[in-house]
Amino acid sequence: MKEQLQKDFYNNIKNLSLSQKDIEIKKFCLDNFIDKGFPNKKEEDWKFSDLNQIIKNNIGELSFYNDQASTNKVDTSVFVDGLEHNKIVFINGRIEKIDFEYEKKDQIEIIDQSETINEFENSNSLSDLNNAFTNKCFKILVKKGYQLLKPLIIYHTTNSKIWSKNINLRLNFELDKDSSLRLIDLFNDTSEKNFLNIFYNFELKENAVLKNYKVDKFENKNIKYSFNNIDQDKNSISETFILSSGSNFSKNEINCNLNGVYASAFVNGVFSLNNDKHHEIRSIINHLTENTKSYQLIKSVLEQSSKAVYQGKIFVNSDAQKTDGYQLSKAILLNKESEFNAKPELEIYADDVKCSHGSASGSLNEDSIFYLMSRGLSYQQSRELLINGFLLDVVEKITDSEIKNLIKNLLGIKE
Amino acid sequence: MDNRQKEINNLKDYKYGFSTDIENIQAPKGLNEEVIKFISNIKKEPAWMLEFRLKAFERFKVLKEPDWQKPKFPKIDYQDLYYYSAPKSMKDKPKSLDELDPKLLETYKKLGIPLQEQARLNGIAVDAVFDSVSVATTFKDELTKQGIIFCPISEAIQNYPELVKKYLGSVIPTSDHFFATLNSAVFTDGSFVYIPEGVRCPMELSTYFRINASNTGQFERTLIIADKGSYVSYLEGCTAPMRDENQLHAANVELIALDDAEIKYSTVQNWYPGDQDGKGGIYNFVTKRGLCKGKNSKISWTQVETGSAITWKYPSCILKGDNSVGEFYSIAITNNHQKADTGTKMIHLGKNTKSKIISKGISAGTSDMTYRGLVDISSKAKNSTNYTQCDSLLMGNKCGAHTVPYIKNKNSESNIAHEATTSKISEEQLHYCQQRGLNPEEAVGLIVNGFCKEVLQQLPMEFAVEAQKLVGISLEGSVG
Repeated sequence: MKEQLQKDFYNNIKNLSLSQKDIEIKKFCLDNFIDKGFPNKKEEDWKFSDLNQIIKNNIGELSFYNDQASTNKVDTSVFVDGLEHNKIVFINGRIEKIDFEYEKKDQIEIIDQSETINEFENSNSLSDLNNAFTNKCFKILVKKGYQLLKPLIIYHTTNSKIWSKNINLRLNFELDKDSSLRLIDLFNDTSEKNFLNIFYNFELKENAVLKNYKVDKFENKNIKYSFNNIDQDKNSISETFILSSGSNFSKNEINCNLNGVYASAFVNGVFSLNNDKHHEIRSIINHLTENTKSYQLIKSVLEQSSKAVYQGKIFVNSDAQKTDGYQLSKAILLNKESEFNAKPELEIYADDVKCSHGSASGSLNEDSIFYLMSRGLSYQQSRELLINGFLLDVVEKITDSEIKNLIKNLLGIKE
Repeated sequence: MDNRQKEINNLKDYKYGFSTDIENIQAPKGLNEEVIKFISNIKKEPAWMLEFRLKAFERFKVLKEPDWQKPKFPKIDYQDLYYYSAPKSMKDKPKSLDELDPKLLETYKKLGIPLQEQARLNGIAVDAVFDSVSVATTFKDELTKQGIIFCPISEAIQNYPELVKKYLGSVIPTSDHFFATLNSAVFTDGSFVYIPEGVRCPMELSTYFRINASNTGQFERTLIIADKGSYVSYLEGCTAPMRDENQLHAANVELIALDDAEIKYSTVQNWYPGDQDGKGGIYNFVTKRGLCKGKNSKISWTQVETGSAITWKYPSCILKGDNSVGEFYSIAITNNHQKADTGTKMIHLGKNTKSKIISKGISAGTSDMTYRGLVDISSKAKNSTNYTQCDSLLMGNKCGAHTVPYIKNKNSESNIAHEATTSKISEEQLHYCQQRGLNPEEAVGLIVNGFCKEVLQQLPMEFAVEAQKLVGISLEGSVG
């Protein structure tokens, strides 16, 4: 893999106009990655999902070079109907379109940050891979007091024209004081097996509100990794919703630093898996100052031999008095082959806190099915009703009604 | 001053901190094959036992000291320890208690462990282990009548080799982790219990461990076998003198329950925790594992952990037999600079297996408490259930309380429920108690005892009283 990485790396930087210093930095990241390799189960955070093995078994050897000189045709049929929205379109890892047609142009700034690299706490070797291979990186700055009128949808599309087996993406967002952004990540893949490696960095200033919905619903063979780093200032709110369903393998990581007082973070997730899919959510909420709040709810419905993993950690610094932290994960195993693993973790150094977690997994409640069947529903209907109700609980946590309906439609949940 | 206050003052310092001047026989310092042969030789062990030890030692040489745990500790120099230390008078074993060194009897009297049977404590049979050897076992006759074997493991190796050979290392193999393997290589003494088929052990069996000599690691090994349909309740207590240096204690405990048998294992661990500045104290790195081998068997662990500078142990149950039950009740209290990383493993292999985990952690001062547990329901363990509850209580903002549960469910017909909370003693509760005339420390003691009640109830009567007092004492000086 080392030769391939180096060859592709030099092919890649040839096409970029980078200063010698920037090349050095990228080279340093590449060497770091070559040194560490893909995360494997020997690392505590990857205990339940051995990415190294998964890539080996599903894709085999990776290639990394993408020729990004030529443009791809934007297929408008993938756009969401019935919801007016701004767009960013990625096709095979290349930014094809950035369109804020519904917004005031002077309130949003798009800054090219391609020469920078991102370094995060609680990250891993994949951030090095990402830094070494991302060609373009933009920062989207929402200016003070501006609240986007329409949601922003980021379309992640891959198709058969893709060159390499690996795509690295990076985006930075800054929400200035009193601003707000609703962001939907929509995955639409028709390519064969690829490894997607996505890093987002969010910086929330005072009173800023971020709502991020990640929707991976359509069946595809890809292996996805996504890392969100969220830094939150005083009074800011972040809401993350993850619908984890379509890809063969997917791991979403959220690292959230609550730096300012009264900041709050919400992480909600739904796993709806079948066949031999293997998905994971890992969240780390760092309560770093007093009076911060976090709430997490993860629900899974697992069919066939699918496997879901939830690793959630609440960290409370000794300064973070009056912290309120809550975490709940529930799973329904529908097949004797399916598997649910959880590691809900608390690390607490302050005494005046209210922190709790719960985790439960098991089969569908036979009594409930009996109850519904005795009222005239078929077994299948009762089952669907119960599963819908189970998942609806999380979907109802979405605070934006337009997007809530969109996601309900996607999940096929009727009220 | 009322009585309770007097009592607390008396007990304020670690009351078991004295050491006894007794002439010792020690193995040469260090760890090598010679020392292992020396131990084996002095214990007059058969060849297979020495082989067992050497095999473990071979394996030990390639193992590395684990470093994943939360409490970090300075590197232990394994060559700078004595692996065998015995009172000189024990070289030729005394036939009865009358021949026992009076100093030893005195020590145990100070500890509140009456070895003389006339001063018996509600009929509990005691096996006392002093440094590396078992010094006395009481009530032997009465137990023998029922066919129960309760003796030091070194005696069992000689007298009941078939039993020992069959079960020793069957739950904790010589190829286990670093400290367990070390124990397999150099273990010196401990208790052996065998309860025959259908016998309900008429009294509580108890072992009292005492580390006396300095620079000595204590490596005891306990093996309890409950044959079909039998029942035994076993208690374990431990203390050590106050010393400035850290002492290592790495014991192995193996429990085997056959069909319909039940073993109840209770521990009140009160090793010397070090002084207020965190100097000295015992490193308590213990491996405890129970195997529910037969169907309908049950193993229940109850522990009250108040001592040791570092506690690092996970009493576990392997639920292999169908319908078997595993239970774990724990109170862990850390104060000053103590660190504890403790919890359990429940491994469900058989059908209809059940497990229950209740863990209560209390941290005060600048201490650190971690609950770390694993619940693993395998794909064959149909219809199994687990319930876990771990609550932590924090006193002051310099201490830490952590929860790291691992939950694996591979069976759709099984249910796992897990709950954890972390909180502090509420002002309202304190105010309520103080209003009724309790001083702040008594109020905290009362509330903490209430918090721990679920676990304290599981202990046998005499132990429960002791444990309750211990809870109060351990938290001395943590309020205000």
